[in-house]
Amino acid sequence: MKQLAPFGFLRDLASGWDVAAFVLVIGLIAFLGGAAHGVLAPLSQLSVHPLSLDPAYLPQYAARTTFRMLAALLLSLVFTLTYATWAAKSERAGKLLVPILDVLQSVPILGFISITSVFFLSLAPGRVLGAEFVAIFAIFTSQAWNMAFSFYQSLRTVPVELSEAAASFRLSAWMRFWRLEVPFGMPALVWNMMLSMSGGWFFVVASESISVGHSAVALPGIGSYIALAIAQRDLRAIGWAILTMLVVILIYDQLLFRPLVAWADRFKIGQEPGIRAPESWALTMMRRSRLIQAGKFAFHAAVVRTSRVSRNRPKISLSVGTHRQDLFWVLLVAVGVVLGLWHLLLGLFSTTPLHEFLQVCALALLTMLRVFLLIALASVVWVPIGVWVGMRPRAAQYVQPVAQFMAAFPANLLFPIAVYGIVKWSLNPDIYLSPLMILGTQWYILFNVIAGAAAIPEEMRSVAANFGVRGWLWWRKIALPAVLPFYVTGAITASGGSWNAAQVAELATWGNTEVRARGLGSYIADAAAASNFHRIVLGVGVMSLFVVIINRIFWRPLYYYAERKYRLT
Amino acid sequence: MNNSPLMQCSDVGKSFPKPDGTELLVLQGMNLELFEGQIIGLLGRSGSGKSTLLRLIAGLSEPSAGNLKFLGKPIAGPASGISMVFQSFALFPWLTVFENVALGLEAQRLPSVEIRKRSLAAIDLIGLDGFESAYPRELSGGMRQRVGFARALVVHPNILLMDEPFSALDVLTAETLRTDFLDLWSEGRMPIKGVILVTHNIEEAVLMCDRVLVFGSNPGRILSEIKVTLPQPRNRLDPSFRDLVERIYVEMTAKPAVVAGAGRHERFPGLGIGSVLPQVSSNLLAGLMEAVAAAPFNGNADLPKIASDLQMEIDDLFPVAETLQMLRFAEVEGGDIKLSEEGVAFAQAVVDDRKRIFARHLLTYVPLAAHVRRVLDERASHLARKSRFIDELEDFMSEEDAEQTLRAVIRWGRYAEAYAYDDANAMFSLENPT
Repeated sequence: MKQLAPFGFLRDLASGWDVAAFVLVIGLIAFLGGAAHGVLAPLSQLSVHPLSLDPAYLPQYAARTTFRMLAALLLSLVFTLTYATWAAKSERAGKLLVPILDVLQSVPILGFISITSVFFLSLAPGRVLGAEFVAIFAIFTSQAWNMAFSFYQSLRTVPVELSEAAASFRLSAWMRFWRLEVPFGMPALVWNMMLSMSGGWFFVVASESISVGHSAVALPGIGSYIALAIAQRDLRAIGWAILTMLVVILIYDQLLFRPLVAWADRFKIGQEPGIRAPESWALTMMRRSRLIQAGKFAFHAAVVRTSRVSRNRPKISLSVGTHRQDLFWVLLVAVGVVLGLWHLLLGLFSTTPLHEFLQVCALALLTMLRVFLLIALASVVWVPIGVWVGMRPRAAQYVQPVAQFMAAFPANLLFPIAVYGIVKWSLNPDIYLSPLMILGTQWYILFNVIAGAAAIPEEMRSVAANFGVRGWLWWRKIALPAVLPFYVTGAITASGGSWNAAQVAELATWGNTEVRARGLGSYIADAAAASNFHRIVLGVGVMSLFVVIINRIFWRPLYYYAERKYRLT
Repeated sequence: MNNSPLMQCSDVGKSFPKPDGTELLVLQGMNLELFEGQIIGLLGRSGSGKSTLLRLIAGLSEPSAGNLKFLGKPIAGPASGISMVFQSFALFPWLTVFENVALGLEAQRLPSVEIRKRSLAAIDLIGLDGFESAYPRELSGGMRQRVGFARALVVHPNILLMDEPFSALDVLTAETLRTDFLDLWSEGRMPIKGVILVTHNIEEAVLMCDRVLVFGSNPGRILSEIKVTLPQPRNRLDPSFRDLVERIYVEMTAKPAVVAGAGRHERFPGLGIGSVLPQVSSNLLAGLMEAVAAAPFNGNADLPKIASDLQMEIDDLFPVAETLQMLRFAEVEGGDIKLSEEGVAFAQAVVDDRKRIFARHLLTYVPLAAHVRRVLDERASHLARKSRFIDELEDFMSEEDAEQTLRAVIRWGRYAEAYAYDDANAMFSLENPT
């Protein structure tokens, strides 16, 4: 056994990894500390030091934005570990908590921002902190739901024999959570964290420029910088912002996600041989560094120390309450539903004429048409390319990380260019704004298809070659069926992302020029800009309804069909 | 050595609720005592409740009737003196060998110095020296199960429960592990005082155990107990070893007491539409008939002999033999399998004749297949949905069993060309697919 010496790094300076780790950790603390400074300043501070388009300020803005993203990620993690655990462990609570999560997932993020901003600003009146809350919560809403979903799924699928082993060695519930359940859910959780982060970047502009009634707050950050550059039609500043964004995402990728993915690989169960494990230089550094090792050791010890041997019987099955408790729970939920319905009917429907509701539904249909057409278009382009790349491991090695990187890049940075073009050649915005919706989400189709094509067994390809299966027949009988389950997964993500992107993509501005496409996205964006709560709620409600229904009647059956029939095992 | 049992089951029963609200009885009237120095084997086919009993003893689930005692105290939840080795190893893939072994001690909050000392000792004892920092995925199956053993022994249990611990390993590795385990046991180098081994391998049971309890199914119950008094180490080729194996085969193929003495046509008294059918492919059926028909058996084979010739364990062999019996192609009794005239005819026929013979037997002796065919014949369209039959079956059995039973009938019917089935539309028909 390797001896663990917590402070060995002081004695043995020969390990360069220790030095590097130390510098990085302290640097990170200093960086975050700097970014956190100013959070407690009064709001008026923001008007004293207005945002500047000078690129020299960009690193500082980037730090502030990064700080918000990290804070939101941390909050999402806490939410995930509690909410999902509650939903999975209590059958009674799970019945309600899971569908709630499903609905929350479909609520457009701009809706959250507009509705919650007043509340958060009032928490720290007159301070920047309140606005920070709004921004962080907005990013949180783009991350938390699907992370919680993924962890919930993991908790429900912990292998029976591992549960039994944990029970027979009498692990307490606390220890079982940290030694079995969290590790088991880790790979899926990390993957979802990455996806969520991309979602978060997309709304960085919207979350940092908050308008409440007639006053607008612009928090220092990349998002506000971009908003200002757009307002002032400063193409050079946009260029700087894009560059900064590239660097920030690259750093995130290298220092946070790549190590996390490589690390989480260990927690995968039943790994297929032959698939190369993900690697990360940063993780190698952390593993070799005794400082990090000491931290890991301390965490481990903390888990052991805080847990007790369960004196009473460890639970294997879900907790099942008595009938009386069940009845009480059902009554409680029923009362909530009635109250909510009453509120909705009185507050919303009584003031909404039927024709407005129908009009919003028509707009939703327009947006739906756009999303489906764009997914189809993106599929026609990316499926063949993805298959081609996936069949060539060397090409996949280079293309895969690029595709994942592109998915993380906030495509709305490129919107000004589109607006410029539309205005210059006076194009029809209903058509030419649409591609923006899928600019950032099409990559999910690409990298899922690549993964699917790479997973086609060598033998199957040999059979095709042996029988001379070529051309269209090869696509129809081999390539397309083999990648279908992967494609569907990618298309679901892309579709969800595109609905969300509609709020930003259907209404693009460049200085005073405003280009709008008719659809539910621009309706919500308009309502949010005007702080018209009534319309926000209506728009958000209709969008959630559409997304939930489309998922239920289209994507979910398609997913199960593809999994059952075409998944190669 | 005192004479009170380490562990005691009195009249233990276990049932699970079925979807329709009734109870499915999986264990009934279990009486069992484990004394110090004994290895007890629970032998039976899958579904005979032996693993269920093991989990009751481990405190992983609760009995519906009767009671279990460990060292005179009732078992309520996993006890500290009982540990378990799992069939699939159940190692935590994210923990190293050392961490996996140490986990049980950490759960007891022992001082880390002691955890380390005891873990290393267990790793050493079980022959894992040098693998402490390896992750399970880096190890072969045999080494993984050694970790499973070390992890179970490190907590110094009184009773070791083993759930088919060698069945996921290849033959050679399994034999090495068994021998190593028996050596440690007979030298008294392990802290354990008694062992309960679940297995479906008859030779393994005779090789390792002092007492073998033969389990029957529906509901799971003890059919008989066989004492093995051969001295260790035992030799598989020893005639008295072979005799014991033969005896257990005879026990396991004994007719159920209810129909003892009845004529051969009453062999399956309850075989109506509601019987659960096993998953046995027509290839296996044909293969076994051919093997029994050929030399040296010439139509009448000793089950242990043919099992070892074909390298099949009882879980593989018995369902095939019983299906042949159900289809009246063979008779299984007293540890032997004997082909009927039609069975011999089948073995000697060419493909098309085989299909004809098989179709006749299928439609005569499997009521569900006859029922499917009758429904298709009666309808003008000659079409019938799968769900129609599933619904009927679910009156008699669980959803899962209904699905399995219908799959068996689809499979045999396809081979016999008695009817066709289209999976995409979940539809039975009389036509061959175009």
